[in-house]
Amino acid sequence: METLGSIERNIMSEQKKIATRESYGNALVELGAKHENLVVLDADLAAATKTGVFQKVYPERHINCGIAECNMTGIAAGLAACGKIPFISSFAMFAAGRNFEQIRNSIGYPQLNVKIGATHAGITVGEDGASHQCCEDIALMRTIPGMVVMSPADDIEAKAAMDAAVAHKGPVYLRFGRAPFPVINDRADYRFEIGKGEVLREGTDVTIVATGLLVGAALEAAILLADAGIAAEVINICTIKPLDIELLLASAQKTRLVVTAEEHTVIGGLGSAVCEALAETAVAPIYRIGIRDVFGESGSAAALIKKHRLDPQGVFEQVKEFYNINKG
Amino acid sequence: MTNLELKKAANAIRKGIVTAVHAAQAGHPGGSLSAADIYTFLYYEEMNIDPDEPQKPGRDRFVLSKGHTAPGLYSTLSHRGFFPVAELTSLRQLGSFLQGHPCMRSIPGVDMSSGSLGQGVSAAVGMAMAAKLDGADYRVYTLVGDGELQEGQIWEAAMFAGHRCLDNLVVIVDNNGLQIDGAVDEVCTPYPIDDKFAAFNFHVINTSAHDFDAIRDAFREARLTKGKPTCIVAQSLKGKGVSFMEGQVAWHGVAPNNEQFAVAMADLEQIDSTL
Repeated sequence: METLGSIERNIMSEQKKIATRESYGNALVELGAKHENLVVLDADLAAATKTGVFQKVYPERHINCGIAECNMTGIAAGLAACGKIPFISSFAMFAAGRNFEQIRNSIGYPQLNVKIGATHAGITVGEDGASHQCCEDIALMRTIPGMVVMSPADDIEAKAAMDAAVAHKGPVYLRFGRAPFPVINDRADYRFEIGKGEVLREGTDVTIVATGLLVGAALEAAILLADAGIAAEVINICTIKPLDIELLLASAQKTRLVVTAEEHTVIGGLGSAVCEALAETAVAPIYRIGIRDVFGESGSAAALIKKHRLDPQGVFEQVKEFYNINKG
Repeated sequence: MTNLELKKAANAIRKGIVTAVHAAQAGHPGGSLSAADIYTFLYYEEMNIDPDEPQKPGRDRFVLSKGHTAPGLYSTLSHRGFFPVAELTSLRQLGSFLQGHPCMRSIPGVDMSSGSLGQGVSAAVGMAMAAKLDGADYRVYTLVGDGELQEGQIWEAAMFAGHRCLDNLVVIVDNNGLQIDGAVDEVCTPYPIDDKFAAFNFHVINTSAHDFDAIRDAFREARLTKGKPTCIVAQSLKGKGVSFMEGQVAWHGVAPNNEQFAVAMADLEQIDSTL
């Protein structure tokens, strides 16, 4: 058994877990104090998206639009055109899915300064089932020119991404989860910058590129892989667009084997983005861990994560299988 | 401005519409012409705007929700001095700032990009909300098509505007009765338009889209209305001013050829000579 670094210690600690939707609500309150022109819009989900926390402190700057996400998106466009920094909030299914064309035409095309805070992303919505499990949002948002797409891995990164989103002028999509995320970035040297990935663990045999909830799983899987004699490098990609191609290429050139891991369909998300970026150089075969082009179903978040092999054991096994095929 | 001056301005704007669409050999003349008098009144009388300072923070805002009638807006903006009238012939050309549908990033005086129907009212509502949040006194106007009322988002926005008592918002319906596939009441009727907006807690005014006395009265009444947004249902004639386009659904989105262009301009010259 290897000696654990601070990141691994964090990941293995059971007590430190926070759902990033909580981070979102808390960050809104902090940013609301600093930015008087920050307004928050919700579509009758303030309790679930955690914008209710902001509403309590700044009721006059919280606009509940009722169950009408497309209108909420257009209202945000109008607010931004008049100098506000609006955050629109809903479940990812509606924030990105139902709203795609509104975001594309009323926010993306005019490059308006609207931030989209999408909570309940991915399969870990759990019991609500496939209708609410949005595994397509990264793919949708990534296609809009000028859209920044971020998928934070924990509470600390979520707050850092929120700060960066407000500092950035232009549309930003932020992806948050309902399930508790292990806190992995609680360390003095943590820095965040839009468009920058980070090597969380160095390795020479395989690169695991992960985002969001899967960053924690990838780190745990790396510990299991080390025990099996495979040195995995783990890269956290919070900003899926713009992608840190330089970092990915350097790692792929070193390990010559890449696995991506995300709580999202393998079509159009992080896996696709990495494939697109590395295809031009063809330095490494790439395997994409994610939801493999199927709809979800009702179940606990933990059960679904296990079923779709997104838990540490599932990631470990898939990386090992891919490693054995290519390098074994 | 007197009604005569407004009529002359509107006729010049109509010539600009026909000229732009003819030059582009594409675009939507019918709904641009039907709304020309409304555009004229808004930009020459009603709205607090400054062509020399298009981004002035306290200005009134206009959102063209029926964005395909951009030639009407562009012709109005150019005649009002936001950019040279001669630029109208670059409409829809590669590299031109005059995009097929309104683009706020490239066109001086355009307050919101639009073109995908049903979305403009929401943006106008957001602008009206911003004014309320800031305690600013600017007003927000948005022009929608009657066919566009088939978009559900219009009613989401209407419900919200009524709920929030946005009395700084005016929704104008260009009720020309025609949409691209035919008469609005044959495709999927939006009628009764006035009762629908009233049910969403709007103050509703039925008026003519081509009588400047009636238009003036309607906007004055809207300004005096407190505690409710106003909807002005403006009865209009599609293709107004060009003999062969009037009331013809075929001229929704077709450009005149050279001969038709000559006839259209002669029609408008004829109107000029009566003013």
